[in-house]
Amino acid sequence: MFRNQYDTDVTTWSPAGRLFQVEYAMEAVKQGAAAVGLRSTSHVVLATVNKATSDLSSYQKKVFKVDDHIGVAISGLTADGRVLSRYLRNECINHAFVYESPLPVSRLVVRLADKAQVCTQRSWKRPYGVGLLVAGLDETGAHLYYNCPSGNYFEYQAFAIGSRSQAAKTFLERRFESFNNYSRDELIKDAVFAIKETLQGEKLTSAICTVAILGKDEAFHLIDQKIIQEIIDSIEIKEDAPAEQAPEQDEAGSSGAAPMDI
Amino acid sequence: MALRGDWVYENNGGTCVAIAGSDYCVIAADTRLSVGYSIYTRDYSKICKLADKCVLATSGFQGDMKALQKNLAARHLIYQHQHNKQMGCPVMAQHLSNTLYYKRFFPYYTFNILGGLDSDGKGCVFTYDAVGSYERVGYSAQGTGAGLIIPVLDNQLKSPSPLLLPAKDAVTPLSEVEAVDLLKDVFASATERDIYTGDKVEIVVINASGIRQELMELRKD
Repeated sequence: MFRNQYDTDVTTWSPAGRLFQVEYAMEAVKQGAAAVGLRSTSHVVLATVNKATSDLSSYQKKVFKVDDHIGVAISGLTADGRVLSRYLRNECINHAFVYESPLPVSRLVVRLADKAQVCTQRSWKRPYGVGLLVAGLDETGAHLYYNCPSGNYFEYQAFAIGSRSQAAKTFLERRFESFNNYSRDELIKDAVFAIKETLQGEKLTSAICTVAILGKDEAFHLIDQKIIQEIIDSIEIKEDAPAEQAPEQDEAGSSGAAPMDI
Repeated sequence: MALRGDWVYENNGGTCVAIAGSDYCVIAADTRLSVGYSIYTRDYSKICKLADKCVLATSGFQGDMKALQKNLAARHLIYQHQHNKQMGCPVMAQHLSNTLYYKRFFPYYTFNILGGLDSDGKGCVFTYDAVGSYERVGYSAQGTGAGLIIPVLDNQLKSPSPLLLPAKDAVTPLSEVEAVDLLKDVFASATERDIYTGDKVEIVVINASGIRQELMELRKD
């Protein structure tokens, strides 16, 4: 990314047909602490790294419940994320008030995307500097979407955003084909593992990650820290065991899954 | 049968009663929905659970009751998102009052009783008029049968004046079982003489272990 004369405001195109301000906004997402999302046919899991700015402060909230059937994890400018979460919550409440039924996830992400697009076409606004992983469950099944500052949105089986998310994406790319058949617990485990990948050597404890899940008979909620610590411990035990044991413990039958690269 | 061409309200009849105990609260409402001299349905709930320890019973115009309940439920969701906890009963009480007064110049035609447990676990009952004037009391009745019920409750439950010293609790010393029995008796009595009260009474009991619901048959005429 280089400074140039076409990047001062969002309503100026570059000769190459790019809006630099929007791209800079997407850079902001890449600087945020990592967030990952995974989905099976019946559950969706979101996990984030809790980065605290200093030892004296607490970490910022990056996972928000939007409704019983929808939750989001954010990466980037958390203030923008908080404001957008409030918007999403209001949309769900208003829809449920009028139609007495939960807002379908695909509709919600379109509204969010349209809201983001507005900020890319007004000279007095700036794009939202936050990427959102929207996890939801409706009549059409379980969904995971990624909403960018550009106003685009994509549906994913699994995705990771934020700093060092490439490591998590590599891990997920190896395993995503079997996610649809994963049980609830396997999904959580893989989410925690993906977070571990983004830490690249740093010690993973339940204090530095937040995990949330939603499913067919399970409203969106954060998973208790104790349970997360148990999962982390079980992952660590698996690593200490010789590599041949790893496929045995993997009940999903993800055939040919590489032994854990640590 | 509208009184004027632009009369937008209707009285669907029915009665609500609530009694606050030292560690419980009972709220009851009949299940008859009427208009004029006709019955629309014998099976209509006037009670709405707003929060874990907070239940609303409403008599009056049921169209406004439904709208009011939905409004409160939506606002409660927002509260939960912002505060990470449920609304307590006294909080909901103030909120209901504000919501009603918001429509001071086109009121909700609703006569509400809010019942639940306060933060100390003691029973509380709040009684309202149509525009939000409210008061915490030990017991209350609203609706078409209220005039027949309040005198009986006064006789059984009324505590000495709050102006007397030493100060006395507004809550009744009655046990939960006795309070439920009293409610059943007053409803049966009101059913005898009030044409709008009858069919069934829905009794909801809130205590430390949660919320419990009972249905009792009443005269159908």
